[in-house]
Amino acid sequence: MVNEKKGVELVVEMRSITKRFPGVLANDKVDFDLRKGEVHALLGENGAGKSTLMNILAGLYRAESGTMRVHGKPVDFASPREAIESGIGMVHQHFMLVPSQSVTENILLGLDEPRFRMRLSEYNHQIADLAEKYGLHVDPQAKIWQLSVGEQQRVEILKSLYRGADVLIMDEPTAVLAPAEINELFNTLRSMTEQGKSIVFISHKLHEVMEISDRVTVLQKGRVTSSGLNTSDVSRADLANLMVGRKVIFRVEKKEVEPGDVVLDVQNLEAFNDKGIQALNGVSLDVREGEIVGLAGVAGNGQNELAEALAGLREVTKGKIVVNQKDVTNKPVKLGIRHGISLIPADRTAVGTAPNLSVTDNVIMKNYDREPIARGWQILSAEANKYATDLKEAYAIMVPTIDTSVRLLSGGNLQKVILAREISSEPKFMIAVQPTRGLDVGAIEGVQKLLLSQRETGAAILLISEELEELLTLSDRIYVIYEGEIMGEVIDGDIEKIGQMMTGTQQEDLEKQGAN
Amino acid sequence: MSDINTRESAPKWKFPYQIKIENRVENPPKWLSPVLSIAAVIVALIIGAFVIWAGGGDPWGVYTHIAKYSFGSVGVLSDTMVKAIPLMLVGLACSIAFRMKLWNIGAEGQFFLGAFGASMVVLLPVLPVDAPKWQFIIVTAMFGMFFGALWGFIPGFLKAKYKVNEIISTLMLNYIAIEWNNYFIYGVWSDRGFQMSPMFQRNAWLPRLSDLAKQWPVFGGLTTHLGLVFAVVAAVILWFVLNKSRWGYEIRLIGDNPRAAEYAGISIKKNIVLVMIVSGALAGLAGMSEIMGVVHRLQGAISPGYGYTGIIIAWLAKLNPLAVILASVLFGALILAGREVQPTGIPTLIQGVIMVALIASDYFFRNRVRIIRQVED
Repeated sequence: MVNEKKGVELVVEMRSITKRFPGVLANDKVDFDLRKGEVHALLGENGAGKSTLMNILAGLYRAESGTMRVHGKPVDFASPREAIESGIGMVHQHFMLVPSQSVTENILLGLDEPRFRMRLSEYNHQIADLAEKYGLHVDPQAKIWQLSVGEQQRVEILKSLYRGADVLIMDEPTAVLAPAEINELFNTLRSMTEQGKSIVFISHKLHEVMEISDRVTVLQKGRVTSSGLNTSDVSRADLANLMVGRKVIFRVEKKEVEPGDVVLDVQNLEAFNDKGIQALNGVSLDVREGEIVGLAGVAGNGQNELAEALAGLREVTKGKIVVNQKDVTNKPVKLGIRHGISLIPADRTAVGTAPNLSVTDNVIMKNYDREPIARGWQILSAEANKYATDLKEAYAIMVPTIDTSVRLLSGGNLQKVILAREISSEPKFMIAVQPTRGLDVGAIEGVQKLLLSQRETGAAILLISEELEELLTLSDRIYVIYEGEIMGEVIDGDIEKIGQMMTGTQQEDLEKQGAN
Repeated sequence: MSDINTRESAPKWKFPYQIKIENRVENPPKWLSPVLSIAAVIVALIIGAFVIWAGGGDPWGVYTHIAKYSFGSVGVLSDTMVKAIPLMLVGLACSIAFRMKLWNIGAEGQFFLGAFGASMVVLLPVLPVDAPKWQFIIVTAMFGMFFGALWGFIPGFLKAKYKVNEIISTLMLNYIAIEWNNYFIYGVWSDRGFQMSPMFQRNAWLPRLSDLAKQWPVFGGLTTHLGLVFAVVAAVILWFVLNKSRWGYEIRLIGDNPRAAEYAGISIKKNIVLVMIVSGALAGLAGMSEIMGVVHRLQGAISPGYGYTGIIIAWLAKLNPLAVILASVLFGALILAGREVQPTGIPTLIQGVIMVALIASDYFFRNRVRIIRQVED
């Protein structure tokens, strides 16, 4: 934030950009500018028009009206190629890489040079140098499928840099990353701005925006609610207000509930992951009635495997799972559903729903074979529709009709469909994996309230999340998992302790240190 | 600057309407699906007409000829139905498998095995030569369905157990089925060295409409056989199963997202095997009804590719069992009267173009085309 008025070079100026989609005004006379060497955050809820605006800048969409200048020159991009020629590169949420090809090959894809002969070793060097310059560590010869999500993202960034981008648009880059990778990404972004690149950082996560950005522009329903604020001058609460246009209660109200009997009792659980590597190393934990128990941990430390094992979706190689005194270890999924086990999966579209089927078909997934929806071999459509309509009303699912395919629903509404289905089955034990990931502030609050109301009605809930803040807000106790082992249990919400356990320190060791 | 600019922006005539293509953000309307199927047929006929015209023929004449020789009289209508019966059954076989995204390309082989199974009842023999007709109907149908189901079970089991790609395995099993039949035609059951079995005795045949000519003379000479009843009943049952039953729901769910189905506690492996068995049994029933109702002996050329045509029919009917009946009648007409026009060529071309047009029409399912007025700047 050097000179405020004069002397700041504007790399991008967008003036009164308007873009319409059928039924929505995605951008309504939006102004946006980007200074050289800054990280400019574009903040807004899902569907606020952030990605649309940046897709216009990157040449994917064309604005209906408005003007754009890049380095002072008026532009009107008809294709992403034209945008990249003007030095604008975009890293999308979903990577556009060829899994079977190497990093170098992916970066060269679609370029004029090299022509016929690939001369890969030469280009491998060039790309390694470029990666070195910005601290984007990735092996140019590695195949994409061998890389982690974080590394693939670096390849996407390199792709843009190699094409000479000096403006880099990052569309929700942290959504797919583990916390450690997020830090690394932020370091990279900082090193890029130091070398004169300018970055647009699209996000709806307030703390990330606070941490990485120099300035922030907030969009709400296609309109700018505040333009180019200095991040250091605003508070998180301010930003949240600008984003949703109303006071956000970050502290959801949590009533006192006396925990009852043990519902879930897990002893020495062991299981493999999809690659056949031991993912759970003797996990023991319990959850009681009326209790939300959090499971903290860096992504990929066995959380997903644990959730799947508990729901009967993954074979347990050792140990025992007892739900309400019934042994459900390695029992069919359906038996678990009958015993009141419910899972809110991490992946809403790949596991939680059938995208092309209707809302009705999606909400009856767990009870399609029971009265009143089923009668003998039949499914009574009238009953199924009534059930779906009731849930639509009760959970305020925003959808034109219950016959609409759920692929047309927004993330928040899709999660409502899943929650409606799972909660209405009156579960005794619920596993919620990342239930608020990718949702906007309003939807997050709704989901959290639903979980708390489940707790009040006496359900036992295991909440698996990578958002510490969420765990602290909702949980009565928090277990910490590291490499498939429970490191310890925290009752007082001591963040420092949790943090140390998340990186592999056993609770006993921590306590010994404390005693000394 | 101003000079050039004004000249460029001087009123230029623009076409007042603009075609705009947008992604659908709502479900396509219900009428769209049948309309697209009909449109695909019309497009195919137009392209066919163009080819006929380019070859020096008279498209209108050809089409009226086809219409006349397939629907023009009760007699030819009956023949059209005879052609449509096996198509209905294989179309249903493909429909149920495709609903679960199981690409059963093997209806042809299952058809042949069904024909083999039915023949076995007469030729082995399973039933005595003079057994009553109703016994033959039931037992041949059971055998036909059983052998078709067996031919469906093999790739189903391989897929469920060892993840063998069913497209490859069902396709390859078609060739095995044909050779299997040939072995019996050329060898075991050969009729005095001819490449066919002896003609079946009359009481083994499926009853035809002409059998009723004594009581109702109008039915005289009509070859439509009991297979039509099988096919229609099968279509109605399948419609209920797919749309109204728990199993139909499971098939739909697995077809759309197997992982979600697994998460809902539905066994995918079990359903793969079951669906392949039912699919195979339907195709086997087609083979049985063709052998017992039309050919009356086991021989080589019993199918002009019914199994493959079933794939097109299933798509044309959008996997709806009741629509399969209509689509099959259309294709029955094309096969029957098409042969009058040209043994191969135009009729096959039209079938192929229907398939291509159908696949292309998917575009309109995902996108919406709007014609809008140009806005004056």
